Amino acid sequence: MTTNILENKGRGIITDNGLFPSSEVMLDLKNLKKVYPTPKGDYVVLEGLNLQIRKEEFVTIIGHSGCGKTTMLSMIAGLNEISGGYISVLGKHIKGPGPDRGVIFQAPSLMPWMTSLQNVLLGVNQVFPHATKAQRNDIAKYYLQKVGLEDAFDKKASDLSQGMQQRVGIARAFAIKPKVLLLDEPFGMLDSLTRGELQDTLIEIWNKEKITAVMITHDVDEAIFLADRVVMMTSGPKAKIGDVLNIDFERPRTRKAVLEHNDYYTYRKHLIDFLEH
Amino acid sequence: MKQSITLGKVTKFMGLGFLTTLKDLFTGKLEKEDFVKFLRKVVVPLASILLFIGIWHSGAKVLYNREADFKIEKALADQGPEAAEALKACIASGDISCQPNTLPAPSQVWESYKSLLRDHNIISADKAAFKEKTAALNAKRIAEGKEPIVYTGRPSFIDQIVMSLKTVFAGFLLALIIAIPIGILIGLSPTLKSAFNWFIQIFKPVSPVVWYLLVFMIVKTILIDSSDDSSFTISFISVGLCSMWATLVNTAMGVSSVDKDYINVAKVLKLGPFQKVFKVILPSSLPLIFTGLKITLSVAWMVLIAIELLAQSPGLGLFVWEEFQNGANDSNSKIIVAMFVIGIIGFLLDRLMLTIQNAVSFNKNEGL
Repeated sequence: MTTNILENKGRGIITDNGLFPSSEVMLDLKNLKKVYPTPKGDYVVLEGLNLQIRKEEFVTIIGHSGCGKTTMLSMIAGLNEISGGYISVLGKHIKGPGPDRGVIFQAPSLMPWMTSLQNVLLGVNQVFPHATKAQRNDIAKYYLQKVGLEDAFDKKASDLSQGMQQRVGIARAFAIKPKVLLLDEPFGMLDSLTRGELQDTLIEIWNKEKITAVMITHDVDEAIFLADRVVMMTSGPKAKIGDVLNIDFERPRTRKAVLEHNDYYTYRKHLIDFLEH
Repeated sequence: MKQSITLGKVTKFMGLGFLTTLKDLFTGKLEKEDFVKFLRKVVVPLASILLFIGIWHSGAKVLYNREADFKIEKALADQGPEAAEALKACIASGDISCQPNTLPAPSQVWESYKSLLRDHNIISADKAAFKEKTAALNAKRIAEGKEPIVYTGRPSFIDQIVMSLKTVFAGFLLALIIAIPIGILIGLSPTLKSAFNWFIQIFKPVSPVVWYLLVFMIVKTILIDSSDDSSFTISFISVGLCSMWATLVNTAMGVSSVDKDYINVAKVLKLGPFQKVFKVILPSSLPLIFTGLKITLSVAWMVLIAIELLAQSPGLGLFVWEEFQNGANDSNSKIIVAMFVIGIIGFLLDRLMLTIQNAVSFNKNEGL
């Protein structure tokens, strides 16, 4: 199957949901099912959902509102119970949440009574308990600098703008050095200008760290710009993976280069056709 | 300039913003556009106070006349026209022996206030003299291992205010010590919540009088060996038990309704239970806890008067009761003085809590 993918590289669009050799797989979702019991009987959100994500891959997930994208992501994070099937990280089945899967939430979710440094340290202290205080401070400050907040270490989170708060959220997630980074529409609440800036910040820090990332988005352009693969989910109930689109732009990417690329509009049309279907 | 900014901040912080406006008026800093604000914040409240005093004054006059007319008519019916004439003359002369006993006018209340202050000065002087007189003797008694002689005279009005404040703070502290930890536990555990819920629902509406009686039954027996006066203990425990419910309920609610996002962050980071409580849950429920504490303190102050009265524990409540029983000519106006003092102290306690709340919680509340 790997050869299949290599052969297809550069030929435009691949829409198969291929299986990869297990040594390459970071995150594996197998026959995943989610059922919410309701008074009128069970409501099946996800059923028979299979998805493999390779190491150092950036995958964006797109689909209609309410199709179960967020449910899937919070199941990967361990915040939502699995009704059937399994999720594994590096071959190990997950049980509940843990710092090996960092999450950037839709709302920045910072503790408003803490400074930005304290917010990042909250995670760092947890993940590096044996490091000295100075070392942990250095880690937290390094990531805050990376997201452009070198002047706001000691600012209360409640005094930061929404965009700056989300920057702290990004720093907090990267600073705990997770195996998988889960992003739940992290820029959905921002204005388009700030969103663009944060996409650049995110991809810049990601290029350096290459942490396997799964990101939910509503924005077709964002999905293409950031991803190695765009995963399209069918509408619920019983949602599953509908289609997968490989994005073969080289990294590091610039927005300008991506927009001017010949394949960009082919990709875009494919995604929009799927969503309007 | 810098000083006025700090003053402005401080007064606003304490919910006493009108003081700044008042200061600006006297320093001539008030701009034209501030005039409306000045009218609303200073002139209108002053006018309403004057109006209130006016209504009070004329109301008191009507009641006074009604009482006087009734007395004179009664004298006329019982003792004949001569007695009635004599009573009329007596009332008109202002002789205290025959004044109608009714709602005192504002001026009488002001006089009583001054007389209570004078009384306090006399008692203080008396105390100081007593202390001086017994200093040598007490030193000797202590050296011999005996109890020193203490002043046992009547407490002044100010002494009673201080006693009341002591009781209310002791009660408040007790409420805080009981209600916050239990509230946290109930908020954290749905099991404990269902275990305690009936308890809270049933005891919350119980009247202060009943709490007092319950505490009296228990404390009286516990302190059966002690010869000391247990009225203070009984009254502060009753105050604490009456007033703790608001803090208990608010703490539990604050803890159980912490933003789900914060809880998710704590889960993802796998914070331990200790860290989860102290770094996430408590700070985020602090505003609600303080709302509870504010209600607790004001309830404590309100029930204190009734409980002191029942417990015969020295303080403003007992003062009011004694004045009512006393029935002296100026008793009624002293009760009104106590009423204002109670109200003003209640207001100041509320501001005190607001100040502390603003200092410790992350979202600032605007004062009234």
